[in-house]
Amino acid sequence: MPIVIFELPDGTQRKVTADSGTVLMQAAVSNGVDGIVAECGGNASCATCHVYVDERHGELVGPPNDVEDEMLDFTAAERRPTSRLSCQVQVSDALDGLVVHIPEEQV
Amino acid sequence: MSAAGVVVVGGGQAGFSVVQALRGAGYEGPVTVFADEPRLPYQRPPLSKKAHTEPEGLGVDLVPESFYRERDIDLRLGEYVAALDTAACAVTTGSGERVPYEHLVLATGARNRPLPVPGAELAGIHALRSLDDALTIGRALSTARDVVVVGGGFIGLELAQVARARGARVTVVELADRLLSRAVSPQLQEHLRERHERDGIRILTGTAVERIEGKGGQVHQVVTGQGPLPADLVVYGIGATPRDELAREAGLAVDDGVIVDEQLRSVSDPRVFAVGDCARHPHPHADGLIRLESVQNAMDQGALVGRRIAGGAAGPYESLPWFWSDQGPVKLQIAGLRASTDEVRVVPGDSDTLERLAAYAFRDERLVAVETLNWPAEHLAARRLLQQDPPVSPTDLAGSTLGALARARRTKEVRA
Repeated sequence: MPIVIFELPDGTQRKVTADSGTVLMQAAVSNGVDGIVAECGGNASCATCHVYVDERHGELVGPPNDVEDEMLDFTAAERRPTSRLSCQVQVSDALDGLVVHIPEEQV
Repeated sequence: MSAAGVVVVGGGQAGFSVVQALRGAGYEGPVTVFADEPRLPYQRPPLSKKAHTEPEGLGVDLVPESFYRERDIDLRLGEYVAALDTAACAVTTGSGERVPYEHLVLATGARNRPLPVPGAELAGIHALRSLDDALTIGRALSTARDVVVVGGGFIGLELAQVARARGARVTVVELADRLLSRAVSPQLQEHLRERHERDGIRILTGTAVERIEGKGGQVHQVVTGQGPLPADLVVYGIGATPRDELAREAGLAVDDGVIVDEQLRSVSDPRVFAVGDCARHPHPHADGLIRLESVQNAMDQGALVGRRIAGGAAGPYESLPWFWSDQGPVKLQIAGLRASTDEVRVVPGDSDTLERLAAYAFRDERLVAVETLNWPAEHLAARRLLQQDPPVSPTDLAGSTLGALARARRTKEVRA
């Protein structure tokens, strides 16, 4: 199972095991990673599971889908080129070693 | 005896939010949560939305067990509180144990209104509230061919779409003349009805269920004011009532929910708070007291009370209410509170297909609520702008969207 690293705004890292077939948001929440609020439970309804994919891994993860793309304009923290909603990122073995950064605020 | 700390009654989203905020804000006293279900607190929204088509999406814990252990939270699963003694500041559990408290938080939620018709006790008739209910309905849907949904509200329509996606013939029976009659503006009610009918769901409004008839103890048909409907599964969602009896029996002020002030404290006892579905509270966007049944309200109220007890900064409760409902392919989202007298303007988000719509509600020339269909970006923009000054006027929105307005205002802020 792939290992994903969540880096908090203060620079500390949380290394978690993510289940293939779930989404990145779920890996964060079920491992108690702070800073992923996920108010809507992963329904692409709230934009409170915003993450910045590390620039090294931007291509690996790919771009947001259309709805997500629009929603990313209204996240609490600023949007950056590798912004994604973590509830829309499918976990697969290809993501092993992925680093994502958690923004300062979600709500 | 150990020091009395915080006792939370209820293990739903609101109760969880209280303890998360308590420890997050540095509260170090004892924290006990009574959760009457025998499992870790879990996500509720998926139960009615995707549960039955994606059973693996069911029963997702809010946080793992280690969260409670590491934060020294005494999570009492499968235990309930039977009585509340406000004079002695203690609760009595179902097994007779007395647990003292310094602060008590009632997060007891709501229970479904029962179906008030003869035959409601037959096998094959279900309401949805808990994970167990969702699993039961999910199993029943694997063989059901004729499904009757009683109630055309959020839950009823979500379940109707789920049943339809599983291949059943589905009829929704609604007593009122319109679907979602209290939840959304009249302008969107008709539109949503057309969408559901286009998906093959039969909808009978202005229709009462008179009785349900069975064969061998199993539901067989639903007899309505418009005649009988064959049914091998009936699900109903006809509203909920707050679980406020603990408070009422303890002598606290209760009126369809525990009455609290703007700090979410019982108006009868400053040591008792109520949050989530069971709380009736003042809100700056409402006329008088309101009770809201939503995840947002449960989480935000819980967080505010947790921070307040921990001694952190916490003003009055004034979070912008928002709701959402996935009705099959339609994502309905609501931000703000609409009154029946508001002027509503409907604007399409795409000119040809009407797949996306927004309904803007104005009161006294100010935007007060926004309902969107399949337009999450506009919903998010609404949540932002409804909390900003100056308020959005009808002129601001002429020929524009909230999304464009929010982007323009943001750019202006950055320049300024």
